[in-house]
Amino acid sequence: MAGKPLFHYDEARGRMESVRWLLAAAGVEYEEKFLQTNEDLEKLRSDGVLMFQQVPMVEVDGMRLVQTRAILNYFSSKYNLYGKDMKERALIDMYSEGLADLNELFIVYPYDPPGVKEAKIAQMKEKAKNRYFPAFEKVLKSHGQDFLVGNKLSKADIHLVEMIYNMEELDANIIANFPLLQALKTRISDMPNIKKFLQPGSRRQPPVDEKTVLKARKIFKF
Amino acid sequence: METKPKLYYFDGRGIMESIRWLLAAAGVEFEEEFLETREQYEKLQKDGRLIFEQVPLVEIDGMSLTQSRAILSYLAAKYNLYGKDLKEKLRIDMYTDGTLDLMLMIIQAVFKSPKEKEESYALAVKRAKTRYFPAFEKILKGHGEDFLVGNQLSWADIQLLEAILMVEELSAPVLSDFPLLQAFKTRISNIPTIKKFLQPGSQRKPPPDGHYVEVVKKVLKW
Repeated sequence: MAGKPLFHYDEARGRMESVRWLLAAAGVEYEEKFLQTNEDLEKLRSDGVLMFQQVPMVEVDGMRLVQTRAILNYFSSKYNLYGKDMKERALIDMYSEGLADLNELFIVYPYDPPGVKEAKIAQMKEKAKNRYFPAFEKVLKSHGQDFLVGNKLSKADIHLVEMIYNMEELDANIIANFPLLQALKTRISDMPNIKKFLQPGSRRQPPVDEKTVLKARKIFKF
Repeated sequence: METKPKLYYFDGRGIMESIRWLLAAAGVEFEEEFLETREQYEKLQKDGRLIFEQVPLVEIDGMSLTQSRAILSYLAAKYNLYGKDLKEKLRIDMYTDGTLDLMLMIIQAVFKSPKEKEESYALAVKRAKTRYFPAFEKILKGHGEDFLVGNQLSWADIQLLEAILMVEELSAPVLSDFPLLQAFKTRISNIPTIKKFLQPGSQRKPPPDGHYVEVVKKVLKW
């Protein structure tokens, strides 16, 4: 009998947070082993369980998965969040990759030095408001359906709603001009598994604070 | 009868080169439109073909696909270079994502200051020798087969060869400690479609130079 997936990462959002969102949407339970020290990371490395010496790493179905995209794609296929054919998958991938570009800024900015951090925040808000959110509003408008692709929930919807929540932490009104994104956000947030994930006591990680930054610097030596 | 895929990018490697490799290895003929002016780029945007205002753009099967990983995944699936089942696909995703991380270090370096560029190149060579190439040598040793996944040519093999050649351009002896990768390099290079791509006159692009950097900066207004 297969056990639950086991996540290896530090106790922070970082690159693992999108995976937490995805499994929440899929209604799949998992366990987490949080790195607390550099020794914890070095032990995983010397045990030979990190293909490229990096986390995230997820133990699932007898395998040790690394590379966030590979992990997300695997779970999306497994839990039917990847469309019904190659063309739907291509659209889902295109939308997910755009969001990943924005997420890359979001993941890293808490660890940037003061001047750089403010510039990144401004850059993210600008890109979200002028590039990414208009693109997705346009997609939803073009077909009038409840979800981005194929009239069915996919990883693209989940990544988009996660990003909306992230950006709202920087600017509470950031989707004020995007009614269809507001409707999508409400629709996804009302799904029982996501609703639970958004409540205290779930596996969702809080925004990165100074304490988390200091701990991460010690674990990953940067 | 299918029309040929059409690639829209600068006349240089950049992020499009991995797509050229994959199409060439699959024996698929493709057309290219090279961006040389700001006007060409703005026209693509105005025509609504760039969902996130970015190239690479590939028009294929009635779609305007952007985001290189989305394009590569679609092509890999279409041309049977994505393994035979979900677990093989997962391994291909892990391996290609790792090699893309490595190649991006080199691809992005060309836009940095001379000092930062040299540092990036040195770090890429170091990562290749201590993180990525050991991982792939270990995989080949583990199963003793000719290809990385499932005993047949996949996107993972094509991309690894591309990464090897890219790092060798920075440091020729980089494979000296990796006998299985040396054999792999020879073997994959000799596949007829790839052999042809590696010869003069193919659509393979040379390493980026000052002119390439100028054109990109002009078109994208960096």
